Amino acid sequence: MTDSAAAESAWFAAVDGDDLDDLETLDSLDTVETDTRDSTAVTAIRDGTAATPEDWPALAVEAGIADDENEYYDLLHTATMAATRAAVTEREAADDRQLVHAVRAMDDCERTANELAERLAEWAGTVDPDAGTGTAFAQEIVTGEHALESGHEPIASLAERVVDLADEADDLREFVERQTPTVAPNLAALAGPVLGARLLSLAGGLESLAKKPSGTIQVLGAEDALFAHLRGHASSPKHGIIYMHDAVRGTHPDERGSAARAVAGKLAIAARVDHYSGERKPELEAELEERIETIQARTTGGDNNDDTAGNNAENGGDTDE
Amino acid sequence: MSNALPDGVERHAFGGGGGDGDDNDRLATRGEPVYGEPTDGEWRAWDPSRSKLGAMLELEMETNLAGGDTVLYLGAASGTTVSHVADFAGPTYAIEFAARPARDLLEAAASRPRLFPLLADARKPDTYAHVVESDVDVIVQDVATRGQARVALENRQFLADDGRLLLAVKARSEDVTRDPAAVFDDVREELGAEYEVLETKSLERYHADHLGIVARPL
Repeated sequence: MTDSAAAESAWFAAVDGDDLDDLETLDSLDTVETDTRDSTAVTAIRDGTAATPEDWPALAVEAGIADDENEYYDLLHTATMAATRAAVTEREAADDRQLVHAVRAMDDCERTANELAERLAEWAGTVDPDAGTGTAFAQEIVTGEHALESGHEPIASLAERVVDLADEADDLREFVERQTPTVAPNLAALAGPVLGARLLSLAGGLESLAKKPSGTIQVLGAEDALFAHLRGHASSPKHGIIYMHDAVRGTHPDERGSAARAVAGKLAIAARVDHYSGERKPELEAELEERIETIQARTTGGDNNDDTAGNNAENGGDTDE
Repeated sequence: MSNALPDGVERHAFGGGGGDGDDNDRLATRGEPVYGEPTDGEWRAWDPSRSKLGAMLELEMETNLAGGDTVLYLGAASGTTVSHVADFAGPTYAIEFAARPARDLLEAAASRPRLFPLLADARKPDTYAHVVESDVDVIVQDVATRGQARVALENRQFLADDGRLLLAVKARSEDVTRDPAAVFDDVREELGAEYEVLETKSLERYHADHLGIVARPL
């Protein structure tokens, strides 16, 4: 490749004098202004490609972009900082990333509220034999339904925090329930908004969930059990977080593996549709429902159902393990 | 010590760090602190148990780093190690794929005018070959992905013929279930297609199931 041909794929190929001025302004700013995010240099760094690397500093000096290597590197620093900051901001602001943070915050608030409620119950129990338990008890203290004797203000204050945290968790749950259907409509319809958001959180986003095979989705959230299995210490987990799905939980334990497989398969398809097309596909729910009915019929009597008679006979003698 | 540290890397005592005696001889570079590491004037401690390259230097591997080198760093993460590299090296290109750590990397790069952060996938060199110059002196690779040898092969095109690949292989990223030694053998063999492996050393003392490799292009 000749130098001039090579220079065409350089990040600075389309950068002109104005852009260089832009970059110099950029340099003096701490944050990237929205209007400079689209500057030629920033776009070129983010979206450009080249088949092979070249001696870009020398080529840039030759092309008059910079007087010397030092000046080139100064420009490059400014341009890469701006481009990377813009790319990071864009990726982190994406709706699925926001949803992932919301559902994690929701779980944190719930867990912390419950932990503090336990502490509260234990503490209140030492001064009041009628003390109750849980966030409900904290609520009673705050509303005055359960009056504490005076002198126990710290306990009452703790109760307030518990109630605030529980309220925050509820607000976050509402946000998640509202937001999941817009981010991933099919996933939300099939899994429910909260489970859908948890799956996104475990996978790390909609794109990564869409790229996971259904067998992985089936055991998301059961990583400890999965790795124990891979190391050869245990049998393979039947389900991870999708245990929360009614179709899995509502199925007889003997058949939960099949149910989990069916649910995970449809969730994988739902996530892919959501990521790549975004169209609603109501038939997914119908298909899953039908499949789950067939699976559940294996363990519920079923002498009127020829299709599952064989399975029933096979499972007939089994009891819960 | 047989192997000289690169210019700009020195051993320093960080007495005030609350350490117990072992603190007297720690690797250090000069620059803005990045991750709350102990400092002594303008020197900041380089913790080998938080940095695979730090461990390689601590274990006296022949990195061939001289100071002022042009470096391509693959898998820069939050910039813990690459900030030290930029302190003593020349132009340093830092590739990181994930947005969250890249946010911290930007912080580290802000005070280092020759550190160039790029949000890109080290498995797709064509997406940064329009920015990263050819003939770099050193490629440092610390990517936690499957196919670490392939990443090294694909990025060979950036390396000068007398350059060095400094690779930290994480066995668990290839296959958690396999014996690390078997994983390391495979990586070494795959590297052989385009690199001559000069030295390998287990980083076990600082990083479980990691192998440090120094190689030069064939």
